[in-house]
Amino acid sequence: MHFKARAVAQLADAGVQSNLKKAKGKFVDKRRDAIAEFLAQGGDFEALREAGMELRNRVLADLDLWLEKFEVNATARGAKVLWARDGAEACRLIVDIAKRHGVKKATKSKSMLSEEAGLNQALEAAGIQPVETDLGEYILQINDNEPPSHIIAPVVHKSKEEIADLFARVHKKPRLTDIGEMTREAREVLRSHFLSADMGISGGNFLVAETGSVALVTNEGNGRMVTTVPKVHVVITGIEKVIPTLEDLSLLLRLLIRSATGQPISNYVSLLTGMKGEGDLDGPENMYFVLVDNGRSDLLASEFNDMLRCIRCGACMNHCPVYQTIGGHAYGWVYPGPMGSVLTPLYMGMENALDLPHAATLCNQCGVVCPVKIPLPDLLRTLREKQVEKKLRPLSERLALKAWAWVATRPALYALGTKFAVRYLNWLAGGGKSIAVLGAAPEWTAGRDFPAPQGRTFREMYARRKRS
Amino acid sequence: MRVALFVTCLVDLMRPRIGFAAIRLLEAAGCEVAVPESQTCCGQPGFNSGDRAAAMMLAKKVIAEFEAYEYVVAPSGSCADQIRNEYPGLFVADPEWHGRAVALASRVFELTDFLVNVAKSDALPSDFSGTITYHDSCTGLRSLGIKSQPRALLAKLRGVTLKEMDGAEECCGFGGTFSVKFGAVSAAIAERKCDCIRTSGADAIVGGDLGCLLNIEGKLRRMGDETPVLHVAEVLAGEGGKQQ
Repeated sequence: MHFKARAVAQLADAGVQSNLKKAKGKFVDKRRDAIAEFLAQGGDFEALREAGMELRNRVLADLDLWLEKFEVNATARGAKVLWARDGAEACRLIVDIAKRHGVKKATKSKSMLSEEAGLNQALEAAGIQPVETDLGEYILQINDNEPPSHIIAPVVHKSKEEIADLFARVHKKPRLTDIGEMTREAREVLRSHFLSADMGISGGNFLVAETGSVALVTNEGNGRMVTTVPKVHVVITGIEKVIPTLEDLSLLLRLLIRSATGQPISNYVSLLTGMKGEGDLDGPENMYFVLVDNGRSDLLASEFNDMLRCIRCGACMNHCPVYQTIGGHAYGWVYPGPMGSVLTPLYMGMENALDLPHAATLCNQCGVVCPVKIPLPDLLRTLREKQVEKKLRPLSERLALKAWAWVATRPALYALGTKFAVRYLNWLAGGGKSIAVLGAAPEWTAGRDFPAPQGRTFREMYARRKRS
Repeated sequence: MRVALFVTCLVDLMRPRIGFAAIRLLEAAGCEVAVPESQTCCGQPGFNSGDRAAAMMLAKKVIAEFEAYEYVVAPSGSCADQIRNEYPGLFVADPEWHGRAVALASRVFELTDFLVNVAKSDALPSDFSGTITYHDSCTGLRSLGIKSQPRALLAKLRGVTLKEMDGAEECCGFGGTFSVKFGAVSAAIAERKCDCIRTSGADAIVGGDLGCLLNIEGKLRRMGDETPVLHVAEVLAGEGGKQQ
């Protein structure tokens, strides 16, 4: 099933539609209010975005050097840094780590890279039980491993009632409908997993090169349990997440959290550096970083490298009229919305996601909210150009565009063509103001009328006026 | 001021009265208006569909037709932006055409922007009266900063009251070829826009880009709503524009 068919299915799902409507207000309003508050305190969010963009560009220009610096400093603190070319290699490395430490169960905090790599499936295949502990991810996992529909709010497409049904069924307990009580029930289930897991797997919002630390931005506290209770902590994240200093981290946190959830700061920001030290009560005895390429080096060398600045806040999808209308599942892979429409074809192959670069109105709402100023509409348009260059568009579309340009560069022919087109459309309208079914644009008239033209072309009327 | 009107292909085909309203407004502002007869399309359909060659062909045609004029004005933020901000980038590898594209770019304006910031004219030959709500078209708004200009002009009309709708800056779902590639999604976005228009309680919905207006009009009519959908030029030029 392609994007278009999935989008139509999401449009027909009344539950998803109602949940999306609620989510839109939350994300958009909260971000707006957070930025207004920042401005009221004398902050300059546009200057912050500019600085964020420059910082990310500076890192990407010397990505190899920053990664080496990170490796040196993380290793000096006792962590092991492993490199994975792709998702499959990342899975092999993590399964190996698990086997080496005799791991039966691994708790996980949220990681989009683990979704990219299909890590849960790989762990299960190796006989290791992965337990998602982010509440949203947990809900999806107990619902037959449903995929997330948003990068920071994975169950945004679900209602409280659906989750209440799911909890009652899976937890085999009386159905609760109070959110606080439902959360407590999930915490009770998760608590025993936290205490019995042999390994914790987390993502990483940022890797700080100067200290060899990983920074985690969370709201539920599950990240702390995952990274401090088990004896092994594995960080899986993309190689582009490295930043030079703690000062840089402070800049990006100010941008990321306001753009993502509209909070000035999230409930938890964890900075994890090395393992449990002598005399420490908590912390893992072994710490691993699995840093994954999975297409990022190729992206860095391409004209799409602006995309690597992305800090995964989700603002582009929250503000996208298309995402707001169909939700994340329609996009078909791990990353939805505008950033997903750019990343999916680049990571999964252009021919495997032909619809996605076109699944945007190019309204540029994503571009103006992006905290690191990624020109998402320009990248989508460049992907469209690549499709045309590679002849991946349907022949009918390619010919139509060629014919349009050919006629439009021949004014006499164009005048004649439009003269007939106007008359044909008016004939279809039958003297009315609207055309209900237009054979040449069935996609248009399936959901709305096509307004009838005024009568004659401007060109005809202007020529007549000049003569008189 | 010698101004060339870029009519736009949609106005030529669908709503010529918008073109005549633009002429009337420009003339009232003291401009000498020319309408180059060989003009067709700015090339945006090709540009946004990834057909760079087609976009370049049409860009060259527009540059050659319009570069001799002091100013170029279009009753569309989207077409004005195409010429102003996208043409130069099409010719990065061609110094001659790049130079010509750049030389033209800064002289190209969206109609209300031109009236407010270049012609600085107060002369609005309008007798329009009623309550309106204004849809900010995406490209005009986010690429050219068209927001206060149409409102400043509309505020000068004594009979006009502006009632802002919720989400005036949100996309209507048109998106050029998007509207025919993903009709169902496009129409669903349009429906949200139309709900906001209807909730505003305005007598008419006004905007500055015909593509969006056709999308909105088509959706309103399908919903059984007969609210007039007008281009800002029609409102500002009044009946004089309509009689054409």
